[in-house]
Amino acid sequence: MNIIEFSLLVWLSSLLAGFVGSLTGLGGGIIITPVLTLALGVDIRYAIGASLVSVIATSSGAAAAYVREGFSNIRIGMFLEIATTLGALGGALLAVRISTNAISVIFGLALIYSAYASSRARGERRGDGRLDPLATRLKLNGAYPTPDGPVGYRPKAVPAGFGMMAGAGVLSGLLGIGSGAVKVIAMDQAMGLPFKVSTTTSNFMIGVTAAASAGVYLSRGYIEPGLAAPVMLGVVAGSLVGARVLARAKTKWLRLVFGVVIAVMAVEMIYHGVTGRL
Amino acid sequence: MAGETKRWTDQAVEEWIGNLLRAGVTLSAAVVLFGACVYLVRHGHEMPHYRVFVGAPRDLRNVSGVWKNVLAFKGRGIIQLGLLLLIATPVARVAFSVVAFAIERDRLYVVLTLIVLTILTYSLVGGRL
Repeated sequence: MNIIEFSLLVWLSSLLAGFVGSLTGLGGGIIITPVLTLALGVDIRYAIGASLVSVIATSSGAAAAYVREGFSNIRIGMFLEIATTLGALGGALLAVRISTNAISVIFGLALIYSAYASSRARGERRGDGRLDPLATRLKLNGAYPTPDGPVGYRPKAVPAGFGMMAGAGVLSGLLGIGSGAVKVIAMDQAMGLPFKVSTTTSNFMIGVTAAASAGVYLSRGYIEPGLAAPVMLGVVAGSLVGARVLARAKTKWLRLVFGVVIAVMAVEMIYHGVTGRL
Repeated sequence: MAGETKRWTDQAVEEWIGNLLRAGVTLSAAVVLFGACVYLVRHGHEMPHYRVFVGAPRDLRNVSGVWKNVLAFKGRGIIQLGLLLLIATPVARVAFSVVAFAIERDRLYVVLTLIVLTILTYSLVGGRL
């Protein structure tokens, strides 16, 4: 197989990964890396480099649409980005030091956790409406639009949310993923933010988080242009199509089918990591 | 009234950020696509070498090296330029937010945003410890 054929195959796989990623809410980055490594035999370091680049593209593309709607909270996002960028920088520096087998195992576990977290029922855990002194000092209280007019929210447990965000950043830098699932949980479960505000603010933050590890990846040669180009172009196109379909179709069945596929990929990643075959 | 003014400013800022992000992604995708075409035309019939990690060539790992490759009209250099533009997009967003918070006279958030910008800059110069 020459480079033209291989690039076409990578582009088609990335298209599918971007599509599934946007439909399931997992994001294309966490799906394309197992596909590249398990199915196409790409070294995991090239795969996470290409994946990280595609994460920046999909996040920035989607955020452009979200910020207009007024759901995402710029101050919450910016404050928490201190945690995610520091974490991502640490994660990327860790990634270039530990073995690829360890990365593969951690990747599989993160994949299972993300799939579980995104399929769970979204019981909204609202705060008790009291003003949190730290959140107030940081001007994190806000409001989001609903059909009945703006509804206010008051975040709580800011240090816990900040800590979880640092963890999300480490995962992002270590595995070249957006780690949107952990970000959403930090805001929606720990800080008691409305679900829609959590998901859109998380998306807003993913690009900045990923940019923090991109510099380290680039200088260590993880970003191979010949591979990153078809991955980035494919994932972006796929997630655009996925977002269109998501608005129309009933996705319950699709999500179930893809859930099984993702679980199989996760187990394979862990197996390959443990047996040292990657 | 003060609240109204602030809200409007926030909305205007969000509108700007949205446009900035979209322009960055569109531009970088176009550059990457162009670079990929050049690369495939010239090297498409060679064999891929991604199974074993050797890392991208040294001169494609930093801005000045990438720029030299672009001037020499190398396909992979042009792709890498597109990817650098993509990485710069969220960084530009953060830099823009510093200005926006300064206009709003929100000193706390000017400082917090500058911290994020510092971390990003540190990473972009290679994150050497």
